Amino acid sequence: MSQPDQLQHPQGEQSNKDMRALVEREYKHGFFTEIESDTVPPGLNEDVIRMISEKKGEPDFLLQWRLKAYRYWQTLKTPDWAKLNLTPIDYQSISYYSAPKRRTDGPKSLDEVDPKLLETYEKLGIPLHERAALAGVAVDAVFDSVSVTTTFKDKLADAGVIFSSFSEAAREHPELVEQYLGTVVPYRDNFFAALNSAVFTDGSFVYIPKGVRCPMELSTYFRINEAKTGQFERTLIVADEGSHVSYLEGCTAPMRDENQLHAAVVELVALRDAQIKYSTVQNWYPGDEEGRGGIYNFVTKRGDCREDNAKISWTQVEAGSAITWKYPSCVLRGANTVGEFYSVAVTNNLQQADTGTKMIHIGPNSRSTIVSKGISAGRAQQSYRGLVKMMPSAAQARNYTQCDSLLMGNQCGAHTFPYMEIKNASAIVEHEATTSKIGDDQLFYCRQRGLSEEDAVNMIVNGFCKEVFRELPMEFAVEAQNLLNVSLEGAVG
Amino acid sequence: MNRLLSVNGLRVSVGEAEILRGLDLEVNAGEVHAIMGPNGSGKSTLAHVLAGRDGYDVTAGSVTYRGEDLLELAPEERAWRGLFLGFQYPVEIPGVNNVALLKAALNARKKYQGEPEVDSIEFLKRVREKAGLMEMDDSFLQRAVNEGFSGGEKKRNEIFQMALLEPELAILDETDSGLDIDALKIVANGVNRMRNDQRAFILVTHYQRLLDYIQPDFVHVLARGQVVKTGDKGLALDLEAQGYDWVLDKAANQ
Repeated sequence: MSQPDQLQHPQGEQSNKDMRALVEREYKHGFFTEIESDTVPPGLNEDVIRMISEKKGEPDFLLQWRLKAYRYWQTLKTPDWAKLNLTPIDYQSISYYSAPKRRTDGPKSLDEVDPKLLETYEKLGIPLHERAALAGVAVDAVFDSVSVTTTFKDKLADAGVIFSSFSEAAREHPELVEQYLGTVVPYRDNFFAALNSAVFTDGSFVYIPKGVRCPMELSTYFRINEAKTGQFERTLIVADEGSHVSYLEGCTAPMRDENQLHAAVVELVALRDAQIKYSTVQNWYPGDEEGRGGIYNFVTKRGDCREDNAKISWTQVEAGSAITWKYPSCVLRGANTVGEFYSVAVTNNLQQADTGTKMIHIGPNSRSTIVSKGISAGRAQQSYRGLVKMMPSAAQARNYTQCDSLLMGNQCGAHTFPYMEIKNASAIVEHEATTSKIGDDQLFYCRQRGLSEEDAVNMIVNGFCKEVFRELPMEFAVEAQNLLNVSLEGAVG
Repeated sequence: MNRLLSVNGLRVSVGEAEILRGLDLEVNAGEVHAIMGPNGSGKSTLAHVLAGRDGYDVTAGSVTYRGEDLLELAPEERAWRGLFLGFQYPVEIPGVNNVALLKAALNARKKYQGEPEVDSIEFLKRVREKAGLMEMDDSFLQRAVNEGFSGGEKKRNEIFQMALLEPELAILDETDSGLDIDALKIVANGVNRMRNDQRAFILVTHYQRLLDYIQPDFVHVLARGQVVKTGDKGLALDLEAQGYDWVLDKAANQ
């Protein structure tokens, strides 16, 4: 090991070879659940949309909204401004609805849920039986196009919190859905938002009433199972005046050779003095080392600090997907509002990620913080794309942006595209960016002290991500750290 | 006599250039060896090859450490067997806590030795004790590895790590460079306190100055990839007074 078998420079090829070996990894959630499902034939037209709406028993306003979105979507072209290389998506070859078959109209309790589904979530480490569940975390489990179950609903209802699948909310609380849906991300927002608005199937709905601090962490676990389907989830979280909520989503999918589309929309509304903390651990199947398969992840996430003193915080750990196109953003409308974005994105093999955030400062004295950590390995390409916009009304507004990239090996790329539009002279915007290679020096230093190469890499990478991990809810910080370790696990040279 | 290290006819190349050209060195437990020599003589290469750094091509010779072929071992395997390298340029590792790294390092060694891991309380006690000896305060320990450390702090941190890991063979690569006289004394005291008949030191140094504070048993002059002269402390003083040329000339004439 210490005796290189060919001539080389100290910083040379041997270590690059080691790096390549290091980042090879296994995807641990790639299994498929054999379950009879009700999947509509591929293709998209108004009848498919009517069918989805009908299956879900939606109120008419929702169907009309979907149809408007669909008609608008047909006038659009796929955006091509992101630094992504992708094969065009044939939207007629995707099935827009797939649900596990049920004996009854909908499970009233966990006893009616197909045991195979429970087993699937068990295997993913998300037990749905409340007694086995992670203490203090309520889970909405979404399987392909439908929600399987939502745990701890009664306990949450006692606090006045509504936490249910989106479909259920549309039936049970149509007035709330109608009041807030599309107010943060209108269907005209962008190509994928329009598509999602037309065909979205399930997702979570959260409403926290005035002055309530949500007694548990809320969490949605998204699972794509069926082949040749797309998952189009829609999540809407409304935090009424003075309320608090912390929400986490997790995502996985089976390993397949063909790409699958996931186009989600998440809308957050924080009213006066309300706080929403939204965390994501995204681990969709990333494709194999040759870039075959993997999820195309095109997501529009936006939070609206609609009234004074509201705060929205995004934390994301993006480890999966063949392609990630995602910019969780904050509209800081009220005075003294706060927007935060903490991100760790890991790409390796042929994964591509174009991710970042937008902070739109409208309210005076609004503040935003952006901390983005990108780790690129293999032949992966990663871009940070961020917009900080200070509107004329945003007096004394402040932004701090820090953007760090870590490269492993010399075949990957990291790119930074920061945009700033400052229209108020009293606003202060700071931007810091670094790019570094995971040093042979750092690795050797740790190994000389006695750490194995794998432990050394994990320690260095986790150190690099520390500022973001400490923003995650405690239960998930550990999960995120482990996910990163798995991502970088491999045969050590 | 307890032989720790035998280097025999070691030849090492980096790229096209041959750096070590048949180097011999014997180190017994309890001894302090100083390796001196002009720039480019191969001092740091020797330190790196002994610690197992990648990118050096050993073309001939052997290195035996406590009866084992050292060159067959990965860097961490050498560390577990008690080999420590004090770096000339200690690297910064942002976000990685200094003490956390050391705890992982110490426990990796314990695991190899089949001993139980050190618990956090015991570990912290040791950390405080060793840090006190190096005149490092607690804030220093809570920081990330070498991040924002001054040159002198980095070198003190190296000796602190050595004190905690208690190696059998410590190779200190130009630990004295860039140190002011106070820091030099602290570093030298750290080394002297650790001297015992079970442990050996190889001090790689360009200047005699360090040897005013650490008395070596042997001084070797390295030139053009070989040990050209070996002597006692007096040799270092001669080199200080007369430079390297006379040794090199003499070696060339032999």
